[in-house]
Amino acid sequence: MTKYSTTAIVLHWLMAAGLAGLFVFGLYMTDLPFSPQKLQFYSWHKWAGVILFMLAVGRILWRLTRTPPPLPGTMSRRMQAIAHAGHGLLYLLMLAVPFSGWLMSSAKGTQTVLFGILPLPDLLARNKELGDLLASLHWSLNVALAAVVAGHAAAALKHHFVDKDDVLTRMLPGRHAR
Amino acid sequence: MTFRSISTLAFGAAVGLLPLATQAAEFSVVQNSQSTIAFAYKQMGVGMDGHFKKFMAQLAFDPAKPANARVSLDVDVASIDTGFAEGDSEVAGKAWFDAKTYPKATFSASSVKALGGNRYEVTGPLTIKGRTQTVTAPTNVTVQGNTAAFDGAFTIKRADFAIGEGQWADFGTVANEIQVKFHIVAGAK
Repeated sequence: MTKYSTTAIVLHWLMAAGLAGLFVFGLYMTDLPFSPQKLQFYSWHKWAGVILFMLAVGRILWRLTRTPPPLPGTMSRRMQAIAHAGHGLLYLLMLAVPFSGWLMSSAKGTQTVLFGILPLPDLLARNKELGDLLASLHWSLNVALAAVVAGHAAAALKHHFVDKDDVLTRMLPGRHAR
Repeated sequence: MTFRSISTLAFGAAVGLLPLATQAAEFSVVQNSQSTIAFAYKQMGVGMDGHFKKFMAQLAFDPAKPANARVSLDVDVASIDTGFAEGDSEVAGKAWFDAKTYPKATFSASSVKALGGNRYEVTGPLTIKGRTQTVTAPTNVTVQGNTAAFDGAFTIKRADFAIGEGQWADFGTVANEIQVKFHIVAGAK
C-alpha cells in the first residue's frame, strides 16, 4: 500500500483537529453573554484562525509541490473527479474561512493583533454594514466547510468499510498493514 | 515721498496689521456638527476607538488673551458609540459609566496657558461618574478666517473614575489608559 508521507499525515490531522476545535469554540463564544472573557475568547479565536490560515497556506504549498498517492483504480473516472473536486473545495474553504474572519475583523473595526503583539494589516476600512455582511459570510463559509468535511469523512469511511480499500488507512498515523 | 513709496508703506502696514486684525476676535460660537469628542484604548492589545454623539461645549477664547479663556464641556455619556451595539449598551451600564445615575461627564478649564505659537495648555477638573480628577490637555488652536479649531488630547486612567468595575476592573482585557481626543470648532461672534 502507498501511504501518505508523515508530513502529509501530520498536516492533515493537525488541520482536522484545528478546524473542529475552532469551529466548536466559535459556536460557543458567540453565545456567551458580554464579558471580559468573551472579548478574550474572540481574540484567542482570531489568533488560532491566523495560525490555521498559515498552516493551510503551508499545507497547500506542500501539496502543490508533491504528488499524493493515487486514488484506487477501482474508482470510476467520475468518482475520482468528484474526489478531486471535494479536496479542492476543502483547501479553498480552509483559506476562505479564516480569511473571511480577518476581513470581518477589519470591517468591524477590531484589528487582528496576533497574540496581542503582532498587528495584521486591516484589509478593509471600518464599515458597520459590511462588517455584518462579512459576519454572515464567515458563518456561511463555516457551514459549507462543515458540510464538505462531513462528506469527506463519510467518503473515507465508505472506502474503508464498503469498498475495503486503503484510502482511509493510508492517512492514519502509524503502521496499518491490512 | 513718492506715490510708490507711500503705497508700499501702506501695503506693508496693512499686511503687518492683518494677523492682529484676525486675532483680535473672540471665538465663542461652538459649531457642534463640526466638533468631535473621541476616545481610544487598547483591548487585548488591539487599538480600539469610539466617540460620543452628544455633548455641549461652551468656550470663549481670544488668542490675544488666552489666560481669560473660558472652556466647559458636558458630555452625555449614554450617547457613546463604541462601534458595537453590544458594547454601547454595556458601557452605559452600572459597571462602566452608570449613565442613569451619572448622565454627564463634565470638564471646565481652570487655567489656559500659552505655550508659544498656536500651542496652549488647558487644565481643569474632569468629572466622570461622580469622581473628579484634574487633567491637562495640550491643545493646538488653528485659526482660519472666522473660525478656530481646538485640537487636543489627554490620557486618563479609567480606574480613577471607576469606569469598568467588577469583572472589568482587571486591565487584562480593557487597558486602564484611555486617550480622550477632542476637536472643537468655534466661530467668532
